[in-house]
Amino acid sequence: MSAAPSVAVEPREHYLNVDYGIRSWLLTTDHKRIGILYMISITVMFFIGGLFATLIRLELMTPAGDLVTSDTYNKLFTMHGIVMVFFFLIPSVPAVIGNFVLPMMVGARDMAFPKINLLSWYMYVIGAAITLYCIIVGGVDTGWTFYTPFSTTYSNTYVFGSIVGILFAGFSSIFTGLNFIATIHKLRAPGLTWRRMQLFLWSYYATAVIMILGTPVVAIALILVAVERMWHIGIFNPALGGDPVLFQHLFWFYSHPAVYIMVLPAMGVISELVTTFSRKRVFGYEFVAAASIAIAVFGFLVWGHHMFVAGISIYSALLFSIMSYLVAIPSAVKVFNWTATLYKGAISYRTPMLYAFGFIGLFTMGGLTGLFVAALGVDIHVTDTYFVVAHFHYIMVGGTVMAYLGAIHYWWPKMFGRMYPEGWAKLSAGIIFIGFNVTFFPQFLLGYLGMPRRYHAYAPEFQVLNVMSTAGASILAVGYLLPLIYLIWSLRYGEIAGPNPWGSTGLEWQTTSPPPTHNFEETPVVTEEAYAYDKHPEMDFVA
Amino acid sequence: MSHSTEAGAVHHSMLQTPYRDLDQQRETATLGMFVFLLTELMMFGGLFCSYLVYRTLYFPSFLEASRHMDLTIGAVNTAVLICSSLTMALGVQAAQSGRGRTVVLYMAITLLFGCTFLALKAVEYYHHWHAHEVPGFGFEFVSGAAGVDVGKAQLFFALYFIMTGLHALHMLIGIGLVTWITICAWKGHYTEGYHNPVENVGLYWHFVDLVWIYLFPLLYLISRMHT
Repeated sequence: MSAAPSVAVEPREHYLNVDYGIRSWLLTTDHKRIGILYMISITVMFFIGGLFATLIRLELMTPAGDLVTSDTYNKLFTMHGIVMVFFFLIPSVPAVIGNFVLPMMVGARDMAFPKINLLSWYMYVIGAAITLYCIIVGGVDTGWTFYTPFSTTYSNTYVFGSIVGILFAGFSSIFTGLNFIATIHKLRAPGLTWRRMQLFLWSYYATAVIMILGTPVVAIALILVAVERMWHIGIFNPALGGDPVLFQHLFWFYSHPAVYIMVLPAMGVISELVTTFSRKRVFGYEFVAAASIAIAVFGFLVWGHHMFVAGISIYSALLFSIMSYLVAIPSAVKVFNWTATLYKGAISYRTPMLYAFGFIGLFTMGGLTGLFVAALGVDIHVTDTYFVVAHFHYIMVGGTVMAYLGAIHYWWPKMFGRMYPEGWAKLSAGIIFIGFNVTFFPQFLLGYLGMPRRYHAYAPEFQVLNVMSTAGASILAVGYLLPLIYLIWSLRYGEIAGPNPWGSTGLEWQTTSPPPTHNFEETPVVTEEAYAYDKHPEMDFVA
Repeated sequence: MSHSTEAGAVHHSMLQTPYRDLDQQRETATLGMFVFLLTELMMFGGLFCSYLVYRTLYFPSFLEASRHMDLTIGAVNTAVLICSSLTMALGVQAAQSGRGRTVVLYMAITLLFGCTFLALKAVEYYHHWHAHEVPGFGFEFVSGAAGVDVGKAQLFFALYFIMTGLHALHMLIGIGLVTWITICAWKGHYTEGYHNPVENVGLYWHFVDLVWIYLFPLLYLISRMHT
């Protein structure tokens, strides 16, 4: 991909120094600034969610429930789930990285609807504020899944407030998805055909489709829970004729595809990282692109695998099981094609690439154990055990968080014009990889041995593995704190990065770093397919 | 900040930053509205789905409860909304050919229809309130028919109020939007070259009408065929 080279003259105006006022940030419609706003807010939420995780792990160091009461423990895992799923994972790779990178990658001046984009961030902040308020005044204990009739009838915690908070976060997600679809459809630079798009864009397009189609359904499900709770109508209450399984259907119709909201954009990031740091065109471009769409489509047909023990019919369970296996095909296509891209590539082990390797390995493990739980018989054995907890943490933390950190390091020079310190970054990538595995691998064993999730006390024979897991969590915490410190340090002391430190062919690298407010001095014209490293031997690492 | 546009592009005060020209802006806005309506469709879809599941599960109770719907008001309201869609379509057509005053006229009539619908809906709700048919507020339901259960009849009314209530909320928002369009048209903001707000509010209005076109038979009509 080539664009007219823009001449950098110092000191030049870019999106960060164009205006320093607080209003210029809070009322900005610049997608890059909104991306930064999102980054700051989700980082805050990440550490709040992490605090709950820390307390959970501390409680589980000993078999007896001695650190917190069982009621408090219920609140801890619920709030860990709500904060991490709705306020960190779903907006992390999509809203932070997508907002910053996506318009530049299509060669546009901004998102299609900049004001709606800003509104999306405000919706997120309002939702987060309401949820945090509920947490501070007393918390909520239903589990992040809000299963009825507990959530509608029996729980006496702040269920209503949490639901309102999540509804706002949902609107934020819908607005983001709306912008992605419109921007990719209508604002592509001249010459940027669908088949020339970077794979990041295909992934984000698929993600946006899920956001658009799934989020409204969970919104209405949660509204029904709130209505039932307020007026005791009994929509899901079996005592009044309602059906609790209907709630589970509506909830998982969104919340299973929501997993793909978290992991599809992460896959898009990995496609960028693997190609840039292997200096090769991705192997089987069309297949990787189509796999994104296939995952989005199949992802909508598998929600029933969360309900194998909820009393659904054996025939629908069989179908949901088969469909769940089918999702493995496009996922595996991606993993194989990234691996094949490495073959005979000029691989450089920079920090983003380390995270990409971490993602590929951990995602594969998370994906393969997903096949275990998609099998009807095995699922009965491991339902509601730590096996499931380990499985989805391999996807969400091992997959999404790895890709998020990889993306942050990769685009950091584009965001702020400075490099992160490579040595420290590699060190913390290593610490995170080790800490992650020590934390979550024992949980597979625990679950297989039969330790149920969501209890604050457990049988004494599980203690060794639980202590391992807690020890791993403390390693992981160090790994997450390090980037927070050195990335902030690098804002001032980092090496100055050129416009394209990685020598990437990506369109977003063809403008200056940090980019001007409208991204490109003149509209770029795309003349070739993505990742054409073979045609550009001159493209090389600068930093 | 200077807004540099490509050579040859016509400057227009209504052209927003991300776009090269008004055509691109209009196409994008229309796409955005369709995508938004898709989310609306999914949201109402969740409710329609729940309703149909319960109707199948608790058929006798839902049949019986459905007879308490006011067919006359429902039918009149359906006619009112269909007429409002016609005037909306005429208004959009007037905007496309740059006849600003005609837009004002049609939008005003559309508003009138919209308000009529809501007024009739309010009367209907009032009747239900009077007949103790509002779930959660002293709900009463007496029926001698076999297999009819008060809790399940209440479920019908709960879904009825949630679905029509959400629809009424969309009507209210629609009335707000049409009022805004009317004022802008009155001020002469819309021309042959720039009128996509009219088109998009039109799309929204038609969608909300369409939801009612499904609500009416589902809630009022289909159970009447069974004797």
